Amino acid sequence: MASELDVVPGIATRREEAQSFFEKVVSNGLGWARKYSLFQYPFVTACCGMEFMSVAASRYDLDRFGAALPRFSPRQADLLMVVGTVNCKQAPILRRIYEQMADPKWVIAFGVCASSGGFYDNYATVQGIDRVVPVDVYIAGCPPRPEQVLEGIILLQKKIQSQPHKLIDRRPLPLFPEPG
Amino acid sequence: MSKAVIAALQQRFPGDVADAYEGVGGDDVAFVSKARIAEVCRFLKEDPALRFDMAPYITAVDYLGVEPRFEVVYQLYSTIHNHRARLRVKVPSGDASVPTVTGVWRGADWFERYCWDMYGIEFPGHPDMRRLFMYDEFVGHPLRKDYPLRGRQPLVPEREVPDLYRGPGPVDRD
Repeated sequence: MASELDVVPGIATRREEAQSFFEKVVSNGLGWARKYSLFQYPFVTACCGMEFMSVAASRYDLDRFGAALPRFSPRQADLLMVVGTVNCKQAPILRRIYEQMADPKWVIAFGVCASSGGFYDNYATVQGIDRVVPVDVYIAGCPPRPEQVLEGIILLQKKIQSQPHKLIDRRPLPLFPEPG
Repeated sequence: MSKAVIAALQQRFPGDVADAYEGVGGDDVAFVSKARIAEVCRFLKEDPALRFDMAPYITAVDYLGVEPRFEVVYQLYSTIHNHRARLRVKVPSGDASVPTVTGVWRGADWFERYCWDMYGIEFPGHPDMRRLFMYDEFVGHPLRKDYPLRGRQPLVPEREVPDLYRGPGPVDRD
């Protein structure tokens, strides 16, 4: 999973982590391309969606960061933005959407309800979506200011740049759980 | 404001309407016996002077420790005469079933499903009794006072997350 990759070390002390010069150039280039062309899947459930809309609109523009175009199909998206509260009833849906996205993919937990359950500490709310999917960046706030969201996007971009990218990636695919 | 409503009710159903009082904000409230609630509601809807054509809210209350344990509250409104009334029906925990009023107001359908889902009060005669808010695999009725506040029943196996103290209150309050 792209969100569980380690950061590329500056100086590699083990032989298998060492990258050749060409691999480093390719990794930096692919990281640059991937961080500036994020196709987001806005999984909006609640009030944080209003702040998401205002971030994507013209004043606090998300298009400046290359992340303008939402893709409403998980097959075509690489950034899953979980915006708002996720219930226990909604959790299997979120898990299915996450599993349908192709690698490399990243997840942003937008707002306190997605980060930790918010103030809904009760029988119905998942206490943070990191109990369901692995999360890269948590943006706190109820709802977060658009500037906080942009800070979160910038943090994610730094994380993407620092991950190792390959042209032909022969990592073993993660095993999916059996259906049912 | 609608004392005439309560007076008309008491005149028509003398044994079943009791303890009329004026609640907070000027609402007129009366207790109705459980067995006759459907007839009382039909009378309230069809009588020309009363004409309560709308039941904006039907909910339930759990008084744990007091017998009868539950109470179903019907908030009624007339769009024709612009008056309101409230009916309270005491429901014992041993026999938690109230005759349905979906024959009188079709809109009472979802409110009675909510009372079943959250409190476990049954409504014999209801056309489609199933859970409204919670999912079908959920066991229990969460708004009862003896259901734990944090009694989560996850549908997806949850991942291990390092920090687990969440929320205000002591960790073992559950």
